[in-house]
Amino acid sequence: MVPKDVAGRYSLWTGLAVTLAILATSLLAPASFAQLSDKAILPISDWVGSGMNWFARDAAIFGVKIADITRALASAAQMPIDWLKFILADGWVKGAGFNKVQLAPPLSWLGVILAAALVGFRLSGRGLAILTLLAGAYLVFFGLWASAMTTLASVVICVVAALVLGLAMGFWAYRSVRAEMWLRAIMNVMQTVPIFSYLLPTLLLFGYGPSAALFATVVYALPPMVHATVLALRSVPSETLELARMTGCSRAQTLWKVELPVAAPRLAIGLNQVVMMTLNMVIIASMIGAGGLGYDVLRALRRLDFGAGFEAGMGIVALAVVLDRLTQVAAHNQSTGRQGLWSRRDTLVAVLLLLVPTLASLALPALSAWPANWTLTTAPFWNGAVSLINQNFYEPLEAIRTAMLLGVMNPMRNLLQAAPWSLVIALLALAGYTLGGFRTALTVVLLMLFVLISGYWQAAMSSVYLMVLSVALALAIGLPFGIWVSGHARLHHPVQLALDTLQTLPTLVYLLPAVMLFRNGDFSALIAIVSYAVAPAVRYGMAGMTHVPSERIEAALMSGCTPWQSFRFVRLPAALPTLILGVNQTVMMALSMLVIAALVGTRELGQEVYTSLARGETGPGIVAGLCVAAIALVADALLKSGAQRAARHEGEAHV
Amino acid sequence: MSDIGTGRGAPTAIDAKGIWKVFGRDAGAFNRLPLQARTPETLMAVGLVGAVQDATFQIGRGEVFAIMGLSGSGKSTLLRCLTRLIEPTAGEIAFNGRDILKLGDKELVDLRRQRMGMVFQHFALLPNRTVVGNVAFPLEVQGMPRVEAERRAMELIETVGLKGRETRFPAQLSGGQQQRVGIARSLTTNPEFWFLDEPFSALDPLIRADLQAEVLRLQQTQTRTVIFVTHDLDEAIRLADRIAIMEAGRIIQIGTPEELVTQPATDYVRRFVAKVPPARVVRVASIMTVEPGPATAGVNADATIADIAPQLVAAEGRLPVIDGARQVGWLDRSAALATLAVRI
Repeated sequence: MVPKDVAGRYSLWTGLAVTLAILATSLLAPASFAQLSDKAILPISDWVGSGMNWFARDAAIFGVKIADITRALASAAQMPIDWLKFILADGWVKGAGFNKVQLAPPLSWLGVILAAALVGFRLSGRGLAILTLLAGAYLVFFGLWASAMTTLASVVICVVAALVLGLAMGFWAYRSVRAEMWLRAIMNVMQTVPIFSYLLPTLLLFGYGPSAALFATVVYALPPMVHATVLALRSVPSETLELARMTGCSRAQTLWKVELPVAAPRLAIGLNQVVMMTLNMVIIASMIGAGGLGYDVLRALRRLDFGAGFEAGMGIVALAVVLDRLTQVAAHNQSTGRQGLWSRRDTLVAVLLLLVPTLASLALPALSAWPANWTLTTAPFWNGAVSLINQNFYEPLEAIRTAMLLGVMNPMRNLLQAAPWSLVIALLALAGYTLGGFRTALTVVLLMLFVLISGYWQAAMSSVYLMVLSVALALAIGLPFGIWVSGHARLHHPVQLALDTLQTLPTLVYLLPAVMLFRNGDFSALIAIVSYAVAPAVRYGMAGMTHVPSERIEAALMSGCTPWQSFRFVRLPAALPTLILGVNQTVMMALSMLVIAALVGTRELGQEVYTSLARGETGPGIVAGLCVAAIALVADALLKSGAQRAARHEGEAHV
Repeated sequence: MSDIGTGRGAPTAIDAKGIWKVFGRDAGAFNRLPLQARTPETLMAVGLVGAVQDATFQIGRGEVFAIMGLSGSGKSTLLRCLTRLIEPTAGEIAFNGRDILKLGDKELVDLRRQRMGMVFQHFALLPNRTVVGNVAFPLEVQGMPRVEAERRAMELIETVGLKGRETRFPAQLSGGQQQRVGIARSLTTNPEFWFLDEPFSALDPLIRADLQAEVLRLQQTQTRTVIFVTHDLDEAIRLADRIAIMEAGRIIQIGTPEELVTQPATDYVRRFVAKVPPARVVRVASIMTVEPGPATAGVNADATIADIAPQLVAAEGRLPVIDGARQVGWLDRSAALATLAVRI
């Protein structure tokens, strides 16, 4: 047998030879190896488009048109949304415009905030209660309450729907091996398809409006819930299941009395994820009529009213942070077995807190809707700040922007776009082969070929350039910072908290500061993507370094390593698998942000999806979305096998 | 296997004949093998692993029967075959003469609900229920009204010494206390058969000794047929009437602790019991000279030499041996001291 190292070097040399051969052929051989001619491109988008159109307009099962079914579903879904909006945001109104009569007021903001603060107080303590009060006060005083409650109503409905469906599907996958295989394959793709692509089919099927947004959101938030459910049920110890059998539990008793309660802590973690993903999607879905805070931000972005956009964005932040802390605390209490925190008396108090101010609002309208002329606004301040910055710092900012664009970004984009597709695919295949073997190489090639023949190669290369650049920047900032923090135990907690908060923010929020400073374009997109994707880089940098076995570090110290040597020879190799997983995570975050960044005018796949959405062209939107998914899957396949390879050499990956 | 009978002459409660459990890609292939071909080698040749191989034994009513072996010897699998948590590949298991492998689902559920109790290695408590909720769980599953189930549960909680902690959650209890809850739960239905799967191996030594004493005490107040699995020979000797030693899926010897120590069937058993001081297992009846006599006081025939060591040290000459209230023989002091003096 050939020793492993020799085999590796052997394949490296073959690889180099193959690469050179391809490079030579692509330079000499017919141009179609460099640039695929238009004839070779398959009209996949047209097929998908007409397929979807047929499905949405003409297809029928048992003589009932799909379109009728989906419209009926949409109006059925509209009802709970309307009810929740009555209760939370608008009150029960009759008529419209000048004839509008309010028959019953919505729940008073005072009541909702106090009740939420009580929940926070009981579950966690004074800190969370104060945080809830402050966030609520912000929303009220800045006139964002009604929008926030519209968003909250959508979130609540979607979370309930995603929870029920996710539990059911997760339970199904847990019971049946085949179902799990299929679900997992579908979910893996679903999690990499960009957020906008979900909006298109739902728009087609359910029409513009809150209920279409609801369906898109539920589908988007399902994968983590299904995943969490399967994991949670799997984590039930086999002995506990044996106990259920030994006590003669029926199937239903086993599920409700044993499996679900024992799995509850992990399910609660899944719930937290679902809530945050739902919020993110509900914000994005305001493009197809979900309304709420997301709509406020979008409207402000379109009017270039950065101040208003920033305020609404901070409203999203306030809502996100409160929802995240509440669900996280609930999950934490579950997993640490803290129970009995909420008593029946608390329920009574909460109901009273909700009802009394609401009744009082009949006499005192300010309790139901904060009067417009009492509303605070800092929008002029922010707008002023932006114009001040633009007046005084225009030149340095512009210099940075231009230098970056001309010196780094454009050359790199041109290089990638000019590179022959055959060379790019061959290099990726080679990387796949050396890292993960034949199967990985095959996966990579097939995925890239899909991008090629669907005709999105140029746009895809633009995406790749923006992604690679932002990932590189995010890693260059995040990993060293994470590694540095790992050496300072006092900083661990605050940094974790900051990262958690950053990751709960809906993606749309990240665009605002970048646009305020650098206007539309690739550079703003780059800044937004980097600031969004830097969190996982920091997190994995910390995790990788702090999980190095302390015995190994002691061994290094006792062998007389200098700090640098111990870092270079002991800690870095041990952390490598985790660091590579961090790179993977950073790539995924960058890709999901990349698509959102289309809003600030990039020219790549995300823009294709976004424009198709705006024009209502289903086919191109879906196929371009699938191309983003293909790129994500390629990056995932390569980096995961890289991490596994490193793990084989250097112990296990953590996190 | 010198003795597959029940010892003590009690009526047979569990009668297991030729139990096999094989794992592998095609476990069905096992049943196509002719009887004489069922050896570990042929199994391996067709890609099967015999986790339990041809286990045959009888357990008497009220007997404490230990299944012991090192990890991977198949002891837990055998216990699970007896409860049908794992379906045996072949064999017969009769509880009081009725083959439980032929029971339908409903009858099996009834058997488990009414007549079996089980204690688990890692306690298997439900973290969302209080102590009383956990102990009442088997009754609740049967549909007993809650008040009544909790009343019964409280009795058992008192029995295992957890009174005053009934509203705690499992996470608020120590490991030993958690296993006390597990024991109480396994006994709420007042089962006839009590299965313990390495019940104390997750506990530290002092707590382990406490709980072993607890089991002995419970067995004295209400006699059940007990099957327990352990890898701790001391524990088996302390609790069991008879011990089955397993190695690589086979039972290689069944006997009282004394039989295992004095007549080990194989080298493996000899090495296993080598560290056991004979005085701990050898009973007076085994080394006395049988000769009825008039004495009414002396050493008990059933006691081990270690039990009577103080009397041996104090005595001179030979000691009368008593069984019940009659003298059945004499114990030679030097013969008895010789068992104490064995170098181990």
